[in-house]
Amino acid sequence: MDLYQELILEHSKRPVNHGLREPFDAESHHVNPTCGDEVTVRVHLSGAGDDAVVEDVSYDSMGCSISVASASILAEEVTGGTVAHARETYEAMRAMLTSKGEDPGDEEQIGDGVALAGVAKYPARVKCALLSWSAFTDALYQAEGAKQ
Amino acid sequence: MTAAPFTDEELARLRADFPILSRTVRGGHPLVYLDSGATSHKPVQVLDAERRFYEHTNAAVHRGAHQLSEEGTDAYEAARETIARFIGASAGEVVFTRNATEALNLVAYAFTNGTHGGGGGRGDRFSLRPGDEVLVTEMEHHANLIPWQEACRRTGATLRWVPVTEDGRLDLTDLDELLTERTKVFAFTHVSNVLGTVNPVRELAERAHAVGALAVLDACQSVPHLPVDVADLGVDFLAFSGHKMFGPLGIGVLWGRAELLDEMPVFLTGGSMIETVTMEGATYAPVPQKFEAGVPVAAQAVGLAAACDHLTALGLDRVHAHEQMLTERLLRGLAERPWVRVLGPADLRERGGAVAFVVDGVHAHDVGQVLDDRGVEVRVGHHCAWPLHRKLRAAASTRASFAAYTTPGEVDALLEALDRVPAIFGTEVPV
Repeated sequence: MDLYQELILEHSKRPVNHGLREPFDAESHHVNPTCGDEVTVRVHLSGAGDDAVVEDVSYDSMGCSISVASASILAEEVTGGTVAHARETYEAMRAMLTSKGEDPGDEEQIGDGVALAGVAKYPARVKCALLSWSAFTDALYQAEGAKQ
Repeated sequence: MTAAPFTDEELARLRADFPILSRTVRGGHPLVYLDSGATSHKPVQVLDAERRFYEHTNAAVHRGAHQLSEEGTDAYEAARETIARFIGASAGEVVFTRNATEALNLVAYAFTNGTHGGGGGRGDRFSLRPGDEVLVTEMEHHANLIPWQEACRRTGATLRWVPVTEDGRLDLTDLDELLTERTKVFAFTHVSNVLGTVNPVRELAERAHAVGALAVLDACQSVPHLPVDVADLGVDFLAFSGHKMFGPLGIGVLWGRAELLDEMPVFLTGGSMIETVTMEGATYAPVPQKFEAGVPVAAQAVGLAAACDHLTALGLDRVHAHEQMLTERLLRGLAERPWVRVLGPADLRERGGAVAFVVDGVHAHDVGQVLDDRGVEVRVGHHCAWPLHRKLRAAASTRASFAAYTTPGEVDALLEALDRVPAIFGTEVPV
C-alpha cells in the first residue's frame, strides 16, 4: 500500500513537537464530522506582517495515522519560518492533496509532506490530511489579527 | 423447525440477481461488500420493476384523469399494500417518505406543530410543552436523536435518555425514573446500527404505554433482516428505509396506528395532501395522503414493493438465520484476535448482524483503508452514532454488516485482510 509510507507511520507514531504549549497568540479547534477526528492547533508568532516568525506550533491531535502524521509534518515544516513561508507551504500542501494524484508535491517547499502525496488518490482521506493545516491557517489568521 | 442459513448453491443463485456483486475493485480484487447496514445492493427484480414503471406507466399519481395517471396511481397504491403486508399492517397505515430520517422527523415535527395548534391535528396528544419529556436512548442513530433534540428545543420540553451498559445493552435499571407521566414520547431503535443489539421492543412499548407515552421505533436495521410484524411489536410508530432492504434510494416508510395517524398534525405541506384550499387556509386529505406532500415517489414505491417480494421469497426467517451464522463466524474470528475489541454484545443472544470493532492503537480510518486495499468494503467512523461511541470510549470504529447475499467466505476475507493491520502499523500482536 503506497499510502502508508514509512515516513508517514514514523510521524504518526512519534509526532514532532506534539502537545499544547504556552505562550500562544491564537488557537483553533477543527473536527472531521465524518469520523470524529479532532485537532487543536496553537500558534505563537513574533514580529508582524509577512516577516513575522512562527515561533511555535503546538497541537493536540486525535485521529488516524494520516491526520496525526500531517499535523506532525505541519509542525516540522512551519516552525521557525516566516508567516509568508508558512502560507506558501500550506498552499503547496493543499494543491498536492487536492490534485487527485496529478501533483507529486515539491520536497523543497513541503519537506516530508511529499510522503502524503498518495492521499490525493483517496478523496475520503484528503480531509484527514488537511485537518491540522486548516486549523493552523485559522489560528494564524487570528494570531495576525491579534497582533495588529 | 428453525430456519437454516442459505446453502452455497442457494447463495450462488441468490447473488446472481445482484449485478454489482460480480464487479472488482481496487485493482482487480473481487468486491467483498460488508456495508449493507449503510445501504444494500439491489437485485435485478427491483431495478426491472422501477424501470418498467418509468417505461410503461410513468405519471404524476393521484392527480390527473388520463390513463397513465390511473395506472400509475394503481401501481403506487398496490405497492403500498405489498409493503404494508410485509410488516403485518394495513395499507391505510403506511405513509411514504423520502427515507427513515424524514419519517422520524415527520413525527417529531407533528409534535411541534400540534403544540402550536397547527397542522390540522386533533386533541392534545401531539404536543410538547415545558414540563413534558421526550425519552430516547444513548444508542440511537442521529436520525432518532437530533429530531427529538430539536423538537424539545422548539417547545421547551426536556430530552432524557436511557444509558447503555459496557456490553452494549440498554441499562433499564432506572427506567422507572426516566419513563414517567411527564414522558410523551419514547423513541428507540429496534436493532442498533453499531452494536447489533436487539432491544426488547415489546417490553419497552408496554412500559411507555403504562405511563401514557407513545412508542416510536427506528426499524431501519430490523425490517431488512428479520421478520417484523407491527402488531407483535406493540409500538405506535415505526420507521424504515427502502434502500437498506434491496429497495431504491429515495423512499422510506412511516407506519403508524390508524387512529394516531388520523389525529396527528401534518409536517410537509403543499400539493397532494389537501382537501380544500382558500387564500386564507386549507383543510387536509385523509391518511395517508395528508402526510405525502408533493408528487408521490411512485417508481420508488414500486421498486420497494418488488424488494419486499424478493425478501419474502427468500424468507425473512432464513435471511435472519443466515446473518446469524455470519455474525457468529465473525464474532468467533474477532475473539481469536486479542488486539481487537468488539463494541456490543459478544454473543448471539438478542444480537443482529452489525459488528463494530476497534483495533488497539489503530484508527478505524486506517483499518478501513487496509481492508479496502483488498476489496473489503466496511464502514468506518462513528456510523451516525457519535454519543454512543463517546460512551464506549471509541473515537471511531470499523463496522461490518451483512445482507442475505453475504457469504461466509466474505467474512473470512475480512478476517484475513484484518491480519495485515498490526503488521502495517507495527502494533504489538500478543501471541
